[in-house]
Amino acid sequence: MPDQALSVLLKGRNLERLLGGLGVTLELSAMSIVLSVLLGLVLGLIMTLRSSIIRAICRLWLETIRIVPQLVLLFLVYFGMAKTFDIQMSAETAAVIVFTFWGTGEMGDLVRGALTSIPRHQRESAAALGLTKVQSFRYVLLPQTLRRLIPQSINLATRMIKTTSLVMLIGVVEVLKVTQQIIDANRYDAPQAAVWLYAVVFFLYFIVCWPISLLAGWLEKKWS
Amino acid sequence: MKRIVRIFALVLSLALLTVPAFADSTARTLDEIKESGKLTIGVFSDKKPFGYVDENGEYQGYDVYFARRLAADLGVELELVSVDAPNRVEFLTSAKVDIILANFTVTPERAEVVDFALPYMKVALGVVSPDGALITDVTQLADKTLIVSKGTTAETYFTNNHPEVKLLKFDTYTEAFNALLDGRGDALSTDNTEVLAWALENPGFTVGIETLGSLDSIAPAVQKGNESVLAYINSEIEALASEQFFHADFEATLKDVYGDAVNPDSLVVEGGVITAE
Repeated sequence: MPDQALSVLLKGRNLERLLGGLGVTLELSAMSIVLSVLLGLVLGLIMTLRSSIIRAICRLWLETIRIVPQLVLLFLVYFGMAKTFDIQMSAETAAVIVFTFWGTGEMGDLVRGALTSIPRHQRESAAALGLTKVQSFRYVLLPQTLRRLIPQSINLATRMIKTTSLVMLIGVVEVLKVTQQIIDANRYDAPQAAVWLYAVVFFLYFIVCWPISLLAGWLEKKWS
Repeated sequence: MKRIVRIFALVLSLALLTVPAFADSTARTLDEIKESGKLTIGVFSDKKPFGYVDENGEYQGYDVYFARRLAADLGVELELVSVDAPNRVEFLTSAKVDIILANFTVTPERAEVVDFALPYMKVALGVVSPDGALITDVTQLADKTLIVSKGTTAETYFTNNHPEVKLLKFDTYTEAFNALLDGRGDALSTDNTEVLAWALENPGFTVGIETLGSLDSIAPAVQKGNESVLAYINSEIEALASEQFFHADFEATLKDVYGDAVNPDSLVVEGGVITAE
């Protein structure tokens, strides 16, 4: 019953805890996304190089993050590093490392795709106009690349936000874990509240991801 | 080329997973914990009434009550870390926590990877049935339908020991309990802690059999070989028997859930000594 869920939500500091959990989710995803975009742009450029060694390394990176589930990566970095090399780090650090590793690889591939999809005559025309390599990249290639990148990178960003819920399994208490804690603490008094609390989480994720989509739409229009 | 790289990536990640320890992460000794002034204990944060977080954001529960005492008696601060059933062992082997107090059932498989201290609780199977046709003995179940959840000890126990009982299996606890409410079975069996709590919330149903099958003990665990911390926990459990600490723990944390219907002695273990009722 919705009223049951509402009273559970308003009990004690529950609402504050839920928003605190959302804060943890946002902090982890924001850091990972920003790092991934920056590093991904560089990786994408590197991926367009012709060296076969570099291409093999990039391929390996990409295949690793696509085959190995994010949860396994989290366990490898958080528990595995401690067990194997005695490197102790906080669960939050491990999470940012894993999500950045994943995001950078995916972003790099998107950047590579966008860069190589730009017809060769664009580069050649720029050269014919007397633009230097740097200038042609800055004024001709980059704007077109960014425009082509928007839809897929938004997709990646929202996927990353949602995947951060896995960090509860290395002990980070984020929004979904707080929800589970609240549901469990009330499972005898308000067993029907669960589905409504999950609806609240759905709404929270929505209000985080929706503005990003709006921003993307606006950018796409502005740059077209 | 693509396939080769793909296979290589898979092999590499598998190798990383199973790589033997080079620089083993050794858990902290009791002296190191005292020196740091902080004891780190892994507990459940969503398993009421054993380990959960209340509406004020404070950890509570039977396990947490004991965790607080362990830190207080050592004269250090307590840091609680939220763990889940599948990663409890990892938190210990990677030295992320000093102790796990998360309703950890002692099994021979687990005892190979972690060291268990003396038990502080015991569980067995329980059978709940409607008051109108109360089952008080396992012989009454012959040719009747018993509801169980898949993958639980109840399923294994009845399959192996009582083939005369017809089993109706469900994937989740919720489905199983709903089936009992609908009358699709004559009784339901799972851990006695679960059925006792459920029967209290559902008038018209009573736990006719409170303890069945083998008694499982629940104990604190430390990293394998962490003798000083293990010795500390054991000495605490032994010393606390004189003040009936775990009965007080039951009063403070479990009584709300189990009420007067449950005899504390069917769950609580004092001084690490399990006595069959």
